[in-house]
Amino acid sequence: MTQAIEIISRGLGLGSIYALLALGFVIIYKATRVISFAQPAFMLAGAVLVSYLVRPVGFYAAVPLAALGIAGLALGAERVAVRPMLGRPAFTVAIITIGLDIVVRTIATAFIGVNLRRIDDPWGVKTIPVFGAVVQQRHLAMIATTAVLVAALFAFFRYTRMGLAMRAAAFDQEAAMSQGVSVGAVFATSWAIAGALATVGGVFVASGTANVESTMWIIALVALPVIILGGLDSLPGAVISGLGVGVVQEVTATYQQYFPDWLGRNASIISPYVLMMVILLVRPYGLFGTREVERV
Amino acid sequence: MSTKLLGRPMLYTSYESEMALLNTGTKKAGLGLLLAVGVGLPFLVSDPQLRTLALALITAVGVIGLGLVTGYAGQVSLGHAFFLGVGACTAAALGGDPDSDLIGFGVTEVLIWLPAAGLVAAVAGALVAPLAVRLRGLYLAIVTLGLVFVGGYVFNEWTELTGGQGVGRNMPQPTLFGYELGVSDEFFTKEQKLYWLMLVVLVVFAFAARNLVRSRVGRAFSAIRDRDIAAGIMGVNLFRYKMVAFAVSSFYAGCCGALLFVADGRFEPNTSFNLDTSIKFIAMLLIGGVGTISGAILGAFFIIYLPVLTGYLPDLIPGLSTNAAQTPNTHQVELVLYGALLIIFLIFEPRGLFGIWLRLRNYWKAWPFSY
Repeated sequence: MTQAIEIISRGLGLGSIYALLALGFVIIYKATRVISFAQPAFMLAGAVLVSYLVRPVGFYAAVPLAALGIAGLALGAERVAVRPMLGRPAFTVAIITIGLDIVVRTIATAFIGVNLRRIDDPWGVKTIPVFGAVVQQRHLAMIATTAVLVAALFAFFRYTRMGLAMRAAAFDQEAAMSQGVSVGAVFATSWAIAGALATVGGVFVASGTANVESTMWIIALVALPVIILGGLDSLPGAVISGLGVGVVQEVTATYQQYFPDWLGRNASIISPYVLMMVILLVRPYGLFGTREVERV
Repeated sequence: MSTKLLGRPMLYTSYESEMALLNTGTKKAGLGLLLAVGVGLPFLVSDPQLRTLALALITAVGVIGLGLVTGYAGQVSLGHAFFLGVGACTAAALGGDPDSDLIGFGVTEVLIWLPAAGLVAAVAGALVAPLAVRLRGLYLAIVTLGLVFVGGYVFNEWTELTGGQGVGRNMPQPTLFGYELGVSDEFFTKEQKLYWLMLVVLVVFAFAARNLVRSRVGRAFSAIRDRDIAAGIMGVNLFRYKMVAFAVSSFYAGCCGALLFVADGRFEPNTSFNLDTSIKFIAMLLIGGVGTISGAILGAFFIIYLPVLTGYLPDLIPGLSTNAAQTPNTHQVELVLYGALLIIFLIFEPRGLFGIWLRLRNYWKAWPFSY
């Protein structure tokens, strides 16, 4: 029982990183019908920015500031590189975002420099007992933050004008446009939200004993199987499958020692991808995705 | 016949002559000239330069392969690095020393291990095809991306095959009918011989690809790319042709992977076959020009020569360092340039370098009129 709590807390902690990043992917996808491969770069850039801001303003102020900063960066990137591609095939735009990813990631990596950069999060490796199990505080903080952010996003989409506009544009871009929705603003907002979410995810990745490192982006890529699993256009799907994949990965890591040797030493690394391929063969549009109606 | 056509190069009197591989005299002459220069280059340039040229030539084979599946058949593949890896590992295993700890069969004859590497990769590609039939567009892109990660993990963990992460293993030195291509002898240096090997491989593969795309199979590919459901309704067997596309593309990738590391002599599974490699191939294809064979070759040369070009930058820009530990350095500039070029080309010239060539050619053709 105690082991189960420990595994699940670690898994949900990891899963909340995936969930935040996946939400960013899905929000962009719903607004623009494009998968933005630039999310990993924004995550890295966010963590680097926090590591610079944390000394002067402290951790709790640094995170929102960095989130705002990266939201601005994402907004600019969308305006410069993605907006001119409006109406072009989704694949082409996706490749553009890969180009963006390379540029932003290289520049962010350059700012890491040769010294260790830390985000000095207040949790570190401190633990807290929960029903006799030892749970890391940072995992609880991740889960709580994700819950708050998801609730805030839900409220935003449900109760604000912009949220309504975004839902309308996701449903039918032309119809929304003819009703006076500024689709350009919807695109910009979706990229900004995704950038901010990626920043928070980056802070989570760099918390604890980890440093801000250029290899962090590999973790962000796990959000891709997550969104495919959840269905590209489903916000609840992103959260649920994000948390689920986190737990699956932790379970695989914990029981690694019982696996046969031919599975290798780190089967948990690829478990999200294997899970994705298996599920996709059964359900081609993910667990919660909408089946596309194909017309010729 | 030919006298009548003089001065009217675009007049075709039969379908065969219009669909010919080299349908104009200029193309024939241009290709002949290019081949002559290509064959003669080893006598003109130094060995280190030949090394870069040979790398570009063999990379072009891989890019043509990616072009077949992504450019012609429209199946987005981010998994090209995996097939490169399969090819490289097969070649290394077949050509490896049978007495070492790693898997090795001691077959150094290039005419055996090169096609074998391609075939094993082609089988791997054919196995991916069922996924491609069920999925399309971005879903497929992400699944093939997963393939890179799963494959990379297998390469890292299967140490008897690849030597393992951070260690890697040696590539076999190719011999052709018992003639050592990988060592210098009294007539030619190693670089010269490898360059000619790559050149021959590229010419053969480029012509094969060009021939494939103008055939029934190629037309089926284009139909699937333009609208796969419509193609299916017209009687194109989607399953078969998607499988052919992936298998042929992977065959190219396997052969490219088998020869890619021959000049360096070894590969390292963790850094050689990762997502960056896949993206690099996509970038080459898009910068060169999607849906053309010559574009793929142009793109490969362009990206391979990008580090060479950025190598000159520190002389022009003060403050730019060649030391990787300092910022800004040439490597960072190269990466940023390569990302930025990808964006710029897609926005301003989606047909890539080949499109620029077309514009130049049309300008020249119509001069002094604007069109």
